[in-house]
Amino acid sequence: MSSLDLSAILMKPEFRGMLAAGFEMTIIVALSSWLLAMSLAIVLLVIRLTPSRICEGAVAAYVTYHRNVPTLVQLIFWYFGISSLLPSVAQDWLGQHNAEATFAIIGLGLCQAAYFSEDLRSGLRSIPPGQADAARALGHGYISAMRFVLVPQALRNALPALVNHTVSLFKNSSLAMAIGVTELTYAVREVENESFRTFETYLIGTLIYLTCSLSLMALGAWLSRRAKPAGAR
Amino acid sequence: MLTEIYQIVSDNWLLLLIGQYPNGPLGGMAATMLLSLLGIALAFPLGVLIALARLSPFAALRSSATALIYVMRGIPLLMVIFWVYFLVPLLIGRSVPGFVTMLCTLVIYEGAFLSEVVRAGIQALPAGQIDAARALGHSHLSAMRYVILPQALFNVLPSIVSQFVSTIQETTLGYVINVPELTFAASQINNRLLTKPFEVFLILAIIYFCVCWSLTQLANWLERRVAARRAGPQATVSPAARGPSATRLGDVAREVGK
Repeated sequence: MSSLDLSAILMKPEFRGMLAAGFEMTIIVALSSWLLAMSLAIVLLVIRLTPSRICEGAVAAYVTYHRNVPTLVQLIFWYFGISSLLPSVAQDWLGQHNAEATFAIIGLGLCQAAYFSEDLRSGLRSIPPGQADAARALGHGYISAMRFVLVPQALRNALPALVNHTVSLFKNSSLAMAIGVTELTYAVREVENESFRTFETYLIGTLIYLTCSLSLMALGAWLSRRAKPAGAR
Repeated sequence: MLTEIYQIVSDNWLLLLIGQYPNGPLGGMAATMLLSLLGIALAFPLGVLIALARLSPFAALRSSATALIYVMRGIPLLMVIFWVYFLVPLLIGRSVPGFVTMLCTLVIYEGAFLSEVVRAGIQALPAGQIDAARALGHSHLSAMRYVILPQALFNVLPSIVSQFVSTIQETTLGYVINVPELTFAASQINNRLLTKPFEVFLILAIIYFCVCWSLTQLANWLERRVAARRAGPQATVSPAARGPSATRLGDVAREVGK
C-alpha cells in the first residue's frame, strides 16, 4: 500500500472539480430541503393548533408516517413510485431539470418537516399556560401575545432539537446518492473508482462532512447561548 | 390498484419475507430483522463501554470516547459504510459478505449513539447515588456495576427500543452496497415487474411503517411503565386536572400540552 498522499487527489483538477461539484450539490439539496421543511413545519404546526379534531388527526398521521418509514424508502418511493404517476408533461419537464435532485429535495424536505414541526410543538408545549394568560391580561391580542411572548420562548426551547435535526438533515442529504443525485458521497465514490486512492478519497469526504456538521453544532451552541435571556442560569 | 397490490404481495410474499433463502443468502424482512437485532445486541455492550469511558476519571479515555462520538454524529452513515467496506477486508485479510459489512457498520454507529443514551441515563440519576455507593466502600467501577448501571439501564429501556427502530431504518442503507434485505428485495421485484413501481414501493413503505410503528408503541408503553415506577406510589396531578384557562390562548397552550 502506498503512503498517505492527499495531494494525489487534491492537486488533480478533475478530481478536485468532481468533489467541488458534489459538495455544491450537497449544499443545494440540504439548504433547499431545509427551507422546504421549515416552512412546511410552521404550516403543520398552525394547522395542528386549530381546534379541529380532523386537522389535528391529519397532522398527527403525517408526522407518524414520516417518522416510521425509513428516509431512504421515502426517497425511493418519491423517485421511482410517485414520479411514475405524474402526467407525462410533468415527467418530461422533470427529466430535463434534474429530476433526481428535485425528488431528493421534496422527499428530504417533507420527511424533515415532520421532525421540525414536532420540535416546534414541544417548544410551545414547554411554556406554562400562565404565560399566555398573563400576556392576554397585560392587553396583548392573540397575534401579539404569540409574537412577543410565546413564540420567542418556544423558539428558544426548541433550538437544541432544531439544530440536531438540521445536522441530521445535512447528513441525510447523502442518501440522495441512492437515487442518483451527484452529491458529495456520490462524487467521493466516483473519485475513488477513478483514482484507486480509497483511503485518501474517503478521508477527504469524511473531513468535509465532519467540518460542516461540527460547524452547524457550534453555530447551534452559539445561538443557544445568545438566545438565553439576560440573568438566566 | 388494491387488486394489483394484492397480486404483487401474493406472488412475492416469500421473497419479501426471507429473500432467496434456501437457494441464496437470507434476505427480505428476515435479514432486516436479523441485522437490526444483532446490530443493537452487539452495539449495546459497546455503547455501555463508550459511556463508561466518557465518564471515566482518565482524561485520555474521556477524550477518545468523545472524539469517536463526535465523528459518528458528524458523518453520514453512508460514509461509515464505505469505510467499513474498505477497511474490514484489509484488516482481516479476506473479503466479507455485504451482511457482515452492514453489521459492523451498525455496531460502530449505533454503539456511539447508544453510548449517549446510556450516558444520559447515568447522568439523570441523582449525584447522591454515586456518593453513597462510594461512601459504602465501592470503587468507581464497582459503584457503576452494582449501583448506577442497573438503575440507569432500566431507565433508558424505552430509548433503547427507539434506537432499535432507528437501526431498522438504517439497515435500508444496505441497499446501496447490495445487502440482501427488505428494500433490496422490493427493488428486485420492481426490476422484474418494471411497470408497477408505485405499488411495489408503497408495499415496502407499508411494511416498514407497520414494524416501526408497533415498536414505537412498545417504546411509549415502556416509557409510561418506567416513569410510573420511577415516580413511586405517590399520586401525581396531571396538567389536564388544573382546570380551564382564563383565556383562549391559555386553552391553546393547554391543548398543545396534552
